[in-house]
Amino acid sequence: MFRQAAKLLHRPILTPSAMRASSRPFSADLPAEQTADAAFVEAWKKLVPNIDPPKTPLSFMLPRPATPSSIPSKLTVNFVLPYASELSQKEVDMVIVPATTGQLGVLPGHVPTIAELKPGLMLVHDGNDVTKYFVSSGFAFIHANSYADIIAVEAVPIDRIDASLVQKGLAEFTQKLNSASTDLEKAEAQIGVDVHSALNFALTG
Amino acid sequence: MMKCWRGREKEAIVSTSSSSSVHCSFHTETVVERESREGVKMSAPMPFWRAAGMTYVTYSNICANLVRNCLKEPHKSEAISREKVHFALSTWKDGKAEKPVIRSDMPED
Repeated sequence: MFRQAAKLLHRPILTPSAMRASSRPFSADLPAEQTADAAFVEAWKKLVPNIDPPKTPLSFMLPRPATPSSIPSKLTVNFVLPYASELSQKEVDMVIVPATTGQLGVLPGHVPTIAELKPGLMLVHDGNDVTKYFVSSGFAFIHANSYADIIAVEAVPIDRIDASLVQKGLAEFTQKLNSASTDLEKAEAQIGVDVHSALNFALTG
Repeated sequence: MMKCWRGREKEAIVSTSSSSSVHCSFHTETVVERESREGVKMSAPMPFWRAAGMTYVTYSNICANLVRNCLKEPHKSEAISREKVHFALSTWKDGKAEKPVIRSDMPED
């Protein structure tokens, strides 16, 4: 009966915020956590009233932006690459991202989604302007407050792509795919064919 | 949707009786039955590159390199020079450092 007692005694005591965080760690619709531990600050003030309480990492974190009650009119996009921030907090009407499950059109008020991206065209619609980027791969995170974070390893505006190199690459990898022997070679050749046909489609389609 | 597989799970590629193939226009994805440490079975379509033993990071880097190679001239050389790496790898044996190995994209002198 008391076999589990030691384990139960050593179980961590969870504060309400920690309990919420551990029971639904990936939830996007929880209210923002408080940014400083109130009990610690009170205890500190009692012991050391002259010095300001030290700041913990929790207090440096910005609170999660609240989900507005009505759907906002514009989508805020953060489009980042490892070496540069292409779009930073840009307010747009719609973004179409090439997810592995198909083209994902994101409008303000989209359900929170995490999408893995495949090589393909990304379109950013702002009024009547459409900017097209070719994304090599990455992820798109859409939050409940109409913020979209798109991260890509390599993304270029389509006018920087050379069509002749694309055709050459497609022919080379189709040939490699036919002559590949090991699984790994076949996978690499298949990736080459996928990327080049997506590039081709982006240029012509 | 993104799925994350932990290395602790034991993967069992089950025979044809309990796995199925999903066909799409480019390539097949096999549904693989995986047994987690607690013995609960989970299954999900596995991308072809993971089935061939490649990780997502390798796949993503290959895609990025292929895209960079298809760029028009000034952008292509900028992109390639941006991605060059140069580092020295030092191994330690018996508490002493051995001669460091230099790895780089630039031709060695």
